Order: sequence, then structure tokens, then C-alpha cells
Amino acid sequence: MRTILDFEKPIAELDANIEALKRITAEQGIDKSDEIAALERDRERLLREIFRNLTPWDRTLLARHPQRPYTLDYIRAIFDDFIELHGDRQFGDDGAIVGGMAWLNEKPVVVIGQQKGRDLKERQRRNFGMAKPEGYRKALRLMHLAEKFGRPVITFVDTPAADPGVESESRGISEAIARNLREMIMLRVPIVSVVIGEGGSGGALGIAVADRVLMQEHAIYSVIPPEGCAAILWRDPKRAPEAAEALKLTAHDALRFGVVDEVLEEPLGGAHRDPLAAAQTVKEALLRHLPPLQKLSVSKLRESRYERYRNLGMWQIATE
Amino acid sequence: MQRGWFARRSRIEGLALDEMNDAWVKCNGCQQILFARDFERNLKVCPRCGHHHRLSARERIELLADPDTFVERDAEVVSADPLGFPEYADKLSKGRANSGLPEAMVSGTCTLSGIPIVLAVADFAFMGGSMGSAVGEKVARAMEYALEQRLPIVICSCSGGARMQEGLLSLMQMAKTCAVAAKLHEAGVPYISVLTDPTMAGVLASYASVGDVVVAEPGALIGFAGQRVAQQAQVVKPPPNFQTAEFQLEHGMVDIVVPRKELKHTLHRILRFFTGG
Repeated sequence: MRTILDFEKPIAELDANIEALKRITAEQGIDKSDEIAALERDRERLLREIFRNLTPWDRTLLARHPQRPYTLDYIRAIFDDFIELHGDRQFGDDGAIVGGMAWLNEKPVVVIGQQKGRDLKERQRRNFGMAKPEGYRKALRLMHLAEKFGRPVITFVDTPAADPGVESESRGISEAIARNLREMIMLRVPIVSVVIGEGGSGGALGIAVADRVLMQEHAIYSVIPPEGCAAILWRDPKRAPEAAEALKLTAHDALRFGVVDEVLEEPLGGAHRDPLAAAQTVKEALLRHLPPLQKLSVSKLRESRYERYRNLGMWQIATE
Repeated sequence: MQRGWFARRSRIEGLALDEMNDAWVKCNGCQQILFARDFERNLKVCPRCGHHHRLSARERIELLADPDTFVERDAEVVSADPLGFPEYADKLSKGRANSGLPEAMVSGTCTLSGIPIVLAVADFAFMGGSMGSAVGEKVARAMEYALEQRLPIVICSCSGGARMQEGLLSLMQMAKTCAVAAKLHEAGVPYISVLTDPTMAGVLASYASVGDVVVAEPGALIGFAGQRVAQQAQVVKPPPNFQTAEFQLEHGMVDIVVPRKELKHTLHRILRFFTGG
């Protein structure tokens, strides 16, 4: 079942009309090409119009769009010969984080990312992309593998949050995330992270400490989901759209705060309308950002990653 | 059952002691009425049930630092309002009024039973001890000073987590504080993390969890997700001690749970291991 967001509805209506005209052309041999071309121009104009005026809440919905490409879609489209590796060697294998060896053009890399599910069964198996401690520990194990063999690390971020349940608490979800933050800062190989959907708080950051952080145009990155923020602020989760505004969670906000280095443009109408084109943009960006990082000495690489994070934040000096 | 729930709830919401009048206080744990003087003398631990009530940053510094040795650093680092977030400016003023502090973290140097250390202490009365850019900066600077002077650092956490009102910038303080913690780790500068009630979410999932030794106070609420979120997500029923210091000890996330009256002595023994010999 295709999901159509409210603001996508006018587009969907035009799509239906275009489809109908095409059917008439095919079935009855009546030439409707002029009308089709006109409608397609309307559709294009409407898409541009709608996407020029997206609110932060619209983007939140786009970032969570059920048809949006997920990590494995990007891995398939961007890399060659991906071999998925499983397990944290301590407890188990977490379906919410996938990772393994792959080739980016002619270069071997380690790829890691949060993975949501496409259908109900897969969503449950992957826990809606909410990783447990074993997921973060698997990610770290793969990063250390990359470090040992001098391969750069690429991570794809797409999670509502880390798993908040009793099991995760029992196995030290906080420790697992905290350790990743510390270890990623010290890693001796380049790391590039791409926020492709939901950058959900500490759960996202747990695989997103990197030399370069890229973010897709309609992805979000936030300290708390807008619904949770609205519940705390106004005791009303329905005011999430206002909270989304207040939280400054869009890619351009993240760029302005220095959290993100580049915003990656998505195909008109969002990545889900043309996943391959979206993947091509990501691939080009990776190919642009990785080589200069690979030329740096290990100490320079680590020092500049350290400085990048050390300098984040906006505070002030009290005057009195 | 119901009673336990209430006790827990009042603790989460940060209700301090219900002051009957100056001479009497009611314990948040057993609800008994106590002599304020006895209660204070017992370091705000209930003499009847052992419930550890929250300390302010100043009180905890007084508990741990040798008399007149604490020298504050970086007091001028305070929060801005980078997002222009609704009601944040008001909350900051209230935080200052409630805590009598310019920010939710106090840091400096002192001696602890004669051992020179860097000490940083969070204060719950300032916006739930939450970590925004200024708190992150103070933690980072305290760690950097420890690194520079090669002094052991003790950080006492007491926080609901990252400060929502600074959005993504608060989230990044998790990475920032862990970045400096990484330097301490590599340089072999001892870092002792003390988890007090409560230590949650973005603070627990960053610098508070990467100490060389992690100490907790009895009964402290320590966990990742807020209770409401955790309970909504439950497939497995949480045990009665879920997200307490004892639960975290049992699950291997805390090295040692230390009653408040032994805290200074225990920290001294730990510090001696690192600095003595």
C-alpha cells in the first residue's frame, strides 16, 4: 500500500488523472498527449510549489515516509559486493542495525546503518529501526574491523530512537551509546555519516560521530521527537507541528549549527519519488568527501574530528 | 504497591522535601516526619528508611571537598538561547532563582582528603540539571583542565538528560563531552563518574557512563528512557527496582553503590589507587 501524505494529495490526484489519460491513449488509441503534457507540467509546477513551502513538520513526515529509501536500499544502489556481517560477539545480532564490507567504486569500505522494515513482519524483526545495545556494539565491532584493516567507515542514520525497553536497559543501552561516542572520536580511519531519514537523538548519534556529516534535504535530526517535545511543553502531543518548528530539526538548521557539513538535495518531491536518483546524489557526495579524508595522517584526521565536536554548542559569557 | 509508586513519582518530578515548618521535614521515601536537624546532620539521608534525598551542587561540594579548598572555575559560562525556544528564557531565570546558580553545573578544583582533584557537580534545581551547550562546555573545560594538570576528575551527575530547549546543540554535547573523555582515556587521567538521583538519558548515554570507575548513590534513578516511554514500550514487565542504582549494579553498569556517608571515604580510597603507590 502506498502512503500519501496530506500535502502530497494534490499530486496524487494529478498522477491519477495522468494515468487515466495514458490508459485511454493505450486502450482506445485516442491521442491525449497534449493533455498529458499539460497535466505533467501542472504536476511539476505544483510539486515545486508544495516543496518550496514545506514546514518542519512536513519534513518530519517525509523523513518518516514509509516509502522512503532505507539503509539497505542505499547500500544496494551505491556499493558493490556488500557482505553483511552479523552479531556483536557478546549477546546477539540486532536487526535494527546492519553492516558489513562493501566496495565504493574501487575502494573497500565498511558500511553500517540503521534499518527500518518495509512490511509489518520486517518492521517487528528490525524493531522499527530502534537499535538495542547489541546493535551499537555490533556497529562498534565493525568500526574496529575497519580500523584494523585501514578501511573507511560510512554510516547511514535512520532511527526514531534507541530502543527504550527493559531488555535494552538491562544490557546497558546508555553505556553502549556512550562507548560508541568515545570510540568513534578516537577511530583511526575516516568516518562519513549520512542522515537519510530520522536522526533520532542519542540513538542516531551513537553511529553518527564522524569527520563529515551529510544530511538529506528532507531528513530530520533532533534531540527529541516533536511529539515528545509537545507532550512535555504543552502536555499535548498533537501540537507536534509547533514543536517541530521550535526544535529546529531540519537539515538546513543542522547545517547552520555546524552539526552537518553538507545538505544533499533530494529528487523533486522527496527521495521516495526517485530512490535511485537520491542514491546517486549520496554516492557522488561520498566520492567527494572520502578521498581528502583518506589523504590525512591519522593524527591530523583524529585531531580535526576532535576539534569538530569540541567546538559544537552555543553558550555565552556572563557579563556581570 | 501504590505507595511505592507515589514515592517514585515524587522523586521523578523533583519535589523536594515537603517542609512542614523549619523544624520538621517529611521523608520522600517512607513519608515519616523527621527532625530537620537530624535529617541535615545525616546528610539528607532518612535515618529511618535510608532514602537519599537530592543534594544541591553546593551541598555536594561541601560533602566532598576538604573545607575551604574548592576554587570554582568557568562560572562565567552560561546558557544562551540559540534556538529562540518557547519559554526558555523564563525557564533559565527560574533555574537561576531556584538553584541560586548561574548554570546547572558547578566545576572547579579542590582537595578530597588531601588529594588534589577537579570536581564538577550538577544541580537538579537548575532545569533538572539538564545538559545544554553551557553545561557541555563546563564539563569539557573541567576535563581539559584535568588533562592539562594531570589531576583526577570526579563528576557528580544529577540530570534528566539533554536540554530540549537547545535542540540538536544539546544532543551534540553528548559527543563533545565524550570527545574530551576520550582524551582523558588515552592520556590515562583518572575519571570517576558519580551517578546521583537522577542520572538519565543523554547524560547517562554520554560522559556519565565512560568513567574509569562508575559510582552510584543508593536508590538513585539511573536509566536511558524516561519511565513513561520505557513503560509504554514494554513487552517485558520491568522489575520493581527498574532503573535504580541497584538495578544498574546488578546488570553490570555500575561498579559500586555507596551510601552517602561513605561516599567521600570511598572516593578517597579509589583516588588513592590511581594517585598513590
